[in-house]
Amino acid sequence: MQDAYLIVLLTLSATIRVSTPLILCAMAGLFSERSGIVDVGLEGKMLGAAFGAAAVSAVTHSAVIALAAGILVAIMLALIHGFASITQHGNQVVSGVAINILTSGLTIVLGIAWFHQGGETPPLPQEGRFMPIALPGAARIAHVPVLGPIYAHLIGGHNIIVYVALAAVPLTHWIVSATRFGLRLRAAGENPQAVDTAGISVAWLRYRAVMLCGALTGIAGAYLSIAQNAGFTRDMSAGQGFIALAALIFGKWRAWPALGACLLFGFLDAVAIRLQGIDIPGIGEIPVQFIQALPYALTVILLAGFIGKAVAPRASGIPYRKE
Amino acid sequence: MAPAEPGPPAIELRGIDKRFGAVHANRAVSMQIASGSITGIVGENGAGKSTLMSILYGFYEADSGEIAINGRPVRIRNPRDALRVGIGMVHQHFVLIDPFTVLENIMLGAEGGVLLRRGKALARQELQRLEGEYGLGVDPDAVVGTLPVGAQQRVEILKALYRGAEILILDEPTGVLTPQETDQLFRILQTLRARGATVILITHKLREIMAVTDEVYVMRAGTVVAHRRTAETDIGELAELMIGRKLRLELDKAPAKPGAVRLMANDLVLHDERGVMALDHVRFAVHAGEIVGVAGVSGNGQSELLEVLAGMRTAESGRVQVDGADITPLHPGDPARMRALGVAHVPEDRQRLGLVVSFAATESALLGYQRDHAYSGPVLLHHHAINRHCRTLMEEFDVRPRQPFLRCANFSGGNQQKLVVARELARRPKVLLIGQPTRGVDIGAIEFIHRRLVEQRDAGCAILLVSVELDEIMALADRILVMSDGRVVGDVARRDADERMLGLMMANARPADGASTA
Repeated sequence: MQDAYLIVLLTLSATIRVSTPLILCAMAGLFSERSGIVDVGLEGKMLGAAFGAAAVSAVTHSAVIALAAGILVAIMLALIHGFASITQHGNQVVSGVAINILTSGLTIVLGIAWFHQGGETPPLPQEGRFMPIALPGAARIAHVPVLGPIYAHLIGGHNIIVYVALAAVPLTHWIVSATRFGLRLRAAGENPQAVDTAGISVAWLRYRAVMLCGALTGIAGAYLSIAQNAGFTRDMSAGQGFIALAALIFGKWRAWPALGACLLFGFLDAVAIRLQGIDIPGIGEIPVQFIQALPYALTVILLAGFIGKAVAPRASGIPYRKE
Repeated sequence: MAPAEPGPPAIELRGIDKRFGAVHANRAVSMQIASGSITGIVGENGAGKSTLMSILYGFYEADSGEIAINGRPVRIRNPRDALRVGIGMVHQHFVLIDPFTVLENIMLGAEGGVLLRRGKALARQELQRLEGEYGLGVDPDAVVGTLPVGAQQRVEILKALYRGAEILILDEPTGVLTPQETDQLFRILQTLRARGATVILITHKLREIMAVTDEVYVMRAGTVVAHRRTAETDIGELAELMIGRKLRLELDKAPAKPGAVRLMANDLVLHDERGVMALDHVRFAVHAGEIVGVAGVSGNGQSELLEVLAGMRTAESGRVQVDGADITPLHPGDPARMRALGVAHVPEDRQRLGLVVSFAATESALLGYQRDHAYSGPVLLHHHAINRHCRTLMEEFDVRPRQPFLRCANFSGGNQQKLVVARELARRPKVLLIGQPTRGVDIGAIEFIHRRLVEQRDAGCAILLVSVELDEIMALADRILVMSDGRVVGDVARRDADERMLGLMMANARPADGASTA
């Protein structure tokens, strides 16, 4: 019984860790898409940031500088997307896909050129990473039944970026719903002409949204390479940017529902890890691929009929031209 | 009501000039609009009214000319500048955000701080004050997308007032309104005037001008052609000024020899997307060998009529009879079926419906007849036959340049139109529906197309001609129908018609009213 309780707890704890980059990317996508800029390049920005953070960490051995570098890389990529889609009125999906392909290749090329380890960075030392934080008193109450393990493993025991991601959700919700910037952001995503006639620059608004998006994907990327793992490996984002996009759609472009979707997808992933190589009585071993495919399948099925229509911001994907 | 103060005019425009490429949208326009008045600006579509107001609201900058507000010269480069000098605009197509509440829509751009909460409270107070003053009857917490059109328009008015606008421009405000909503709007405008605001009303509906304005400017072809006190003019005069005496179109044609009925419309009813009745029990007949002209200010149901007759839309009730075949809501027509019945259609909007501008002339010349066995096998098109056909059409209708493989976009408007007309006439149709045949077409091509239409008539074709150009109707038609608000309000033989009488009918004033003021 005690064991089963611990397994559930550890699975939930893993859920939070796995969900963290999803949450950050989903919030990033929310800012971009609510302003009217479709972003399928979350994946690429995250990967670029993961590499940037790991590379800087390998040189400086400073987690904070590495994080800043990751954010910077992602913002630069976001600005490329912004320039293509806002200033040049380009196709936003094409631009996003281009960023994904670019970073997938460029990270490996630069990795090989700089570190000569087949596209990976060297393993990073502890001071170059964000390590799990033990909450005060966790050791002392660890033996208290039920609550002790929750405090130690579920609430505590994560690195700082996990808490940043969790804090990003209410913050995003608040910015979008309660601030002037949020009101204008939503307006730009629905009817940019109304924003324009109110005397507000649609382009500058969207650039700011895109940069915010970059910063958040930058944090997500840094999480992958200098917090969750100890270095960069090829294509380590592994489609999580797309899962985050699915979660965003699933959550109908709103912060709290998107968090729910991220946690659901993260949970499925955590279960998949735990089920690896385990025989389930009567069924046998469940192929890992099956569970890994679940988030995508679930998105399609649920969007197809169970959660109602997900209406995207009306102007998203449409370049705004002044007449 | 307070008498107009003898201060400087609220708006003074001096010599406003604006070109878009080859189009001279405004030429040397000057106006003086008195403070605390309602001023109407009338003119046909394309007369330059909307361009002028867009200049005033900072969407465009004039190429030359000056603007003075309350006697002070100003430069208006963008909508923000316009707001700063107290100009608010209610666009023809509302610029609202549907999923937002009324309050959020009104606040946008004037939020009153980084955080919304305080601004929202203040905005709510201000809205209550405006509500008390003008009685617009709009719930601040309603979601805009769920409101009826009339209420959405009042949100636009509130938006302008909230920003402190003292000059309010309304661009074709009644086009989307029901008569009740229109009355309510006019009451609001009168309240605004009583409180000292200046209102500019752009419209082509003359009755509204008579009902609510103090003064009226008439625009035609980019210039101001007249300025009247509303009390000293009448609908007949305004209609005549608006339409003007353009180029005289002279055409030698023999009297028509009408034959059997070829096309009959019986009690057609259709509502448009807004639920306004676009066709209101329309009935008429067109005989073989006659040209029936449909006159009217654009937007009074003519476009919908053409679409129904061509099979592009289905009427809600009523029937169309073509040479004995019945098209009813239960047996709807489609463009292919109508073509098979011998109905040819030259649509009003040739670039959108008449041809594909990115296609070569050969391809556009085939549209609608691509299933014809002469041009198409089971899988492949017969390119030689198609090209030969296009060359023949170009010869016969003098389409220049004679390059069948040139993209349609590279032909001038007149030559595009000749190609479309050639395509439709080549089949010797029994019935020809033709909308705005000479819109954007040069004079030479106009004459050419007109002569061809008369030839078709003499060959026994029944022609229904829809045009906003009264001169064109007068030159071509043997019988004239006048449409207004979706109804056929007049049906007169050409020889009994004159422009003034048609103008009155188009404005839907009863002929008796017109006679008494004449």
